[in-house]
Amino acid sequence: MNYFLTEEQQAVVETAREIAEKKIKPVREKHDAEETFPWEIVEELKKADLFGVYFHSNYGGLGGAGFELVLVVEELSKACGGIALCLAATALGAFPIILFGTPEQKKRWLPDLASGKRLGAFAITEPEAGSDATATKCTAKKDGNFYVLNGVKNFCSNGESAEIYSIFATTDPKRGARGISCFVVEKGTPGFTFGKKETKMGIRASTTYELVFDNCRVPAANMLGKEGYGLFVAQATFDISRPGVAAQALGIGTGAMNEALAYAKVRRQFGQSVLSFPSSQHMVADMATSLEAARALLYSVTRAMDVDLKAAVDASEQSGKTVYEELKRVSSGRWTKYSGMVKLFCSDTSFWVSDSAIQLCGGIGYMRDFPVEKFLRDAKITQIYEGTNQIQRNEIGMMITKELAAKPA
Amino acid sequence: MGIHIVVCIKQTPATSNIQIDPVTGTLKREGMAAAINPFDEYGIEEAVRIKERLPGTTVSVITMGPPQAEESLREAIARGADQAFHLTSRAFAGADTWATSYTLFKGIQKIMKEKGPVHLVICGKQTNDGDTGHVGPGIAAWLDWPNIAYVKKVESVDEKEIVVHRMMEDGVDVLEMDLPAVIAVVKEINEPRVAGLKGKMAAKKAVIPKWNEADIEADKKSIGLGGSPTIVSKSFNPPPRKGGVKIDGATAQDKAKALVDKLQEMKLI
Repeated sequence: MNYFLTEEQQAVVETAREIAEKKIKPVREKHDAEETFPWEIVEELKKADLFGVYFHSNYGGLGGAGFELVLVVEELSKACGGIALCLAATALGAFPIILFGTPEQKKRWLPDLASGKRLGAFAITEPEAGSDATATKCTAKKDGNFYVLNGVKNFCSNGESAEIYSIFATTDPKRGARGISCFVVEKGTPGFTFGKKETKMGIRASTTYELVFDNCRVPAANMLGKEGYGLFVAQATFDISRPGVAAQALGIGTGAMNEALAYAKVRRQFGQSVLSFPSSQHMVADMATSLEAARALLYSVTRAMDVDLKAAVDASEQSGKTVYEELKRVSSGRWTKYSGMVKLFCSDTSFWVSDSAIQLCGGIGYMRDFPVEKFLRDAKITQIYEGTNQIQRNEIGMMITKELAAKPA
Repeated sequence: MGIHIVVCIKQTPATSNIQIDPVTGTLKREGMAAAINPFDEYGIEEAVRIKERLPGTTVSVITMGPPQAEESLREAIARGADQAFHLTSRAFAGADTWATSYTLFKGIQKIMKEKGPVHLVICGKQTNDGDTGHVGPGIAAWLDWPNIAYVKKVESVDEKEIVVHRMMEDGVDVLEMDLPAVIAVVKEINEPRVAGLKGKMAAKKAVIPKWNEADIEADKKSIGLGGSPTIVSKSFNPPPRKGGVKIDGATAQDKAKALVDKLQEMKLI
């Protein structure tokens, strides 16, 4: 299917695909089995300039936006959705800075994130605050020119591997949702340590850590947005980051189908290729159709979002205002409904397609030394993180209801 | 300050499964997909790695070949080289390793004339289509520079000298050599990177000079088929070399005993 990519976007796809084929495929099984972080792949992605595809050229980026990120994450995830997360989770950590950073804050952190010299991460989840971020217990108490952070964050992707963290903590517990603020905390800040390393079902090549803050003094200059505006930061970030999860899901589903097709074609039963049976062909038809529908939705939504996002980024570089302020000026509404749709549809598709891929392979598909079962384990998380698919449905439903209410009867 | 490195590359058939024309005894090139000679990819990668650790270093790439060989020069720029030079003329065609090394030598002289001194020339140890391994040392002879072939590691390099590990059948030599010099590298030296996005953009825009025999002031009697003393009487795929026998054992005594048993069994002692 021709999606009419520009020459630059085509180069992005080809570069990511070459790394996926030549560098990621040979090591994915080892990192999955041993739960090790793929530092050698980080090096390859750095040398290939892939960390920078969605950053403005003022920070050493390629000048693309969400769509370029989607293209990279999809290609890498076709080989391994876990390894792709070193780049995708960095994007999730970078987006709050891109959207809400002052010119000084952007200059401090974006160049290293764009080059891959330092990885990024994002931490909002806590033991008692998952989908309900208003239950945040981690506190940030003002002390002169500093905020003192205390508490824990858990399930942080890129935890320990990353050096630049976007952290959410409550600056005013009495105000609930309006009391949360966002801070950039760098690895090595005294009082910021790593707790439990999680053992996971899938995306095992990605480190998932508990972050521990014990009287951690963070300069007030590290606050993103205003005090008490943390949930705006989180919601605006999710609006533009969810296509990244969708791309990971789409890549995983496509990778699973490709492996299954290659096997089903050569596997012979009853004297013929397993792929030649109508039952197999109907499965493959459903898988391929749904993946293409997912891709078409993801690409259309991300491209439409990028028109606003790129205009806002360019305007922000001129005006010195934040991208978020410029975004409100250039765009009429929020992207929540559509970014929720792509995340929901791509991840649900990815999960059942990966399941069908195992079914198509039969017994061998269930075995650890065959590369298909891993796709299902990796696909599962995409239905959960950056908002469970139940939360996505809530948000999509709420947006539709609001739109209806806004229409004159 | 840095150094100026020239990497010599060749565009060859994109496969190690080379076919030989049974009538002429030369390589079949028609209809074969072309790529950078695999051994030269290691040369480009090593030059780019030296550039990364020695600030101010420039990497130039040169090839002798037909017009389409320009693709391989652009690929080299995509992988991190700074500039490229294309020696191309019908008069260069049919060159053996003597005429090829002479032509590349004249090309390197032209680079020095236009871009300033060259400190290091890097070649792949051989091509996947000719397999001779002559051209690297040949260029060194024409330049009258020292050379080390079969380099598996560049330990250190600065503006004055280079320290390398040379792979030998019985081990490794660690050698120090004054610059300017020539090295030929083996595939053990590194793992070439995937070309980056910035490199690909630079490759697309690069202006690559094309030089013929007059541009490089080459002696017309020393280039191309006419300048090649080699006559190919027959080409063939050599039979694979048989591997040796490995003597296993927990201790040196066990191994010695196993070796003596083996030699007695073979009636050699």
